[in-house]
Amino acid sequence: MSNASVDLERRRIALYGWMLLAPALILLITFAFLPAFETIWASLYSKGTIRRPSQFVGFENYLTLFSDPAFKKVVINNLIYAGITIPVSVAIALGMALWANAQIVGRGFVRAAYFTPTMLPMIAAANLWLFFYTPDLGVIDRITALFGLPSVNWLGQQETALYSVIGVTIWKEAGFYMIFYLAALQTISPELREAATVEGAGRWTYTRRVVLPLLAPTTMFVLVNAVINSVKLIDHLFILTKGGPDNASKLVLYWVWEMAFAYFDMPAAATMTTLILVVLGVVAAIQFVVLERRVHYR
Amino acid sequence: MNAAAIPQQKPKLFSLPTLDAIGAWLLAIVWVSPLVFAVWAAFHTPDGALSFKLNAPLTLENFRVAWDSAPWPRYFLNTTLLVTVILIGQLTLCTLAGFAFARFQFPGRDVIFILVLLQLFILPEVLIVENYVMISRLGLFDTIFGIGVPYMASAFGIFLLRQAFKSVPQELEEAARVEGCGWFGVLWRVYIPAARPTYLAYALVSVATHWNNFLWPLIVTNSTSTRPLTVGLSLFGATESGVNIAVVSAATLMVIAPLFVGFILFQRQFIQAFLRAGIR
Repeated sequence: MSNASVDLERRRIALYGWMLLAPALILLITFAFLPAFETIWASLYSKGTIRRPSQFVGFENYLTLFSDPAFKKVVINNLIYAGITIPVSVAIALGMALWANAQIVGRGFVRAAYFTPTMLPMIAAANLWLFFYTPDLGVIDRITALFGLPSVNWLGQQETALYSVIGVTIWKEAGFYMIFYLAALQTISPELREAATVEGAGRWTYTRRVVLPLLAPTTMFVLVNAVINSVKLIDHLFILTKGGPDNASKLVLYWVWEMAFAYFDMPAAATMTTLILVVLGVVAAIQFVVLERRVHYR
Repeated sequence: MNAAAIPQQKPKLFSLPTLDAIGAWLLAIVWVSPLVFAVWAAFHTPDGALSFKLNAPLTLENFRVAWDSAPWPRYFLNTTLLVTVILIGQLTLCTLAGFAFARFQFPGRDVIFILVLLQLFILPEVLIVENYVMISRLGLFDTIFGIGVPYMASAFGIFLLRQAFKSVPQELEEAARVEGCGWFGVLWRVYIPAARPTYLAYALVSVATHWNNFLWPLIVTNSTSTRPLTVGLSLFGATESGVNIAVVSAATLMVIAPLFVGFILFQRQFIQAFLRAGIR
């Protein structure tokens, strides 16, 4: 084959490749990249009114945001929310997976029970939990009343609202993460266990020294998902607390929704969204760096 | 030594799991209890639901009240249409893109692939405000297509199918070419059939995800004719004053029933699907 025809063939393949990619790329640009840039752009402009059109204000929106006590409250809430839901649900998921992988009676039921919340919409999960949190009449208050404890308005008071929301999230998420651990556990060769037994290693040593290190990549994957979920999972707030009382359980994305669609303050929403994108970008960068060391994307 | 080790192992395997079993069962019971209480509440009168008396009379009244107080058939139809539209869009777009990434060599491909993976982090959920503006600009506000279109070019789907296509032996493709297949023929006759388990897994995960999705549909719908079940359910619960917990439980059970029954029937496939989709 001559050089020219090789070149032609290569160009033809490149053309086909781009044509196949085009539909997906157009949608990705329209609904991911363009909106992301528009968000950043919008965060640099003031809120337009009928009399005063919106104008470029630089980082003023950010300064306003940082000096807003509600912003501080919401960010701290989200940090607490992430700081508790991530480690607790991942730890429970690991325990669940070890149990669901063990030779126990009724393993099928156990697995299904752990996984069930994953199949439910968050809205439905929140409805189910309302029944638990209702003061006086709810399941939790009924149980604590047996021990002579007073009734608590779990969702209605500042001290407990956020933690009640966290409880629902952990319940909803743990079974989902369990699945990934279960998959990883099933790839561990039984010979390792035999070898450990021959060496005289107990169960705890085997789990800690052999199983956990082998699960490290899964943990990484689960953690990244858990971080993302701690930002995007806010559906239950709409049912349980609406972010209240007095912002006590408000999370960052709920705040964005409220700013944009209840108060119509688009610049404020865009500013907060930009900050969320920065955080997610950092998570993405960390994941890419860590995964780069392993041959994951080949 | 080996012979000595194995009999030692036997009683160990036998005695420990009983403790494990108790722990596993307790956790499982705690985990299903919200659902169990919802079932309990849904089949009892409001008073009976909260009394926890085992002999409280059973009733279907809550389901009747719940069913009559919202346009559920329409919501069910909307959700069904929505997950179908999304799935068709995703399968088409992700197949084409995944094929391009797996089997075509061209400059810029790897950079574009990284950009696609970035979308895993630029979530549609986070861009609600600008995507709402975009959907309105395109005249898609309050349409089923408008709810679905931002999810169609799924980075996750593209990635999964690329991996599946990459593991197809090149010889199969060459054989099909010898028989006169073009690019499209190769894709249709060789790659798509070979990736069938991946398609099934992805489809189950996609349907489950979008059946349950709430925030974005809440934002871009404004009428009964487009609202999916989750949004309908949230509106239903919102009229707190008049609606009691028994009726809310009944409505919740109705909404989760189709997916839930599907899950019970195809439990193994569902869990396998989530596994397959999760292992990268």
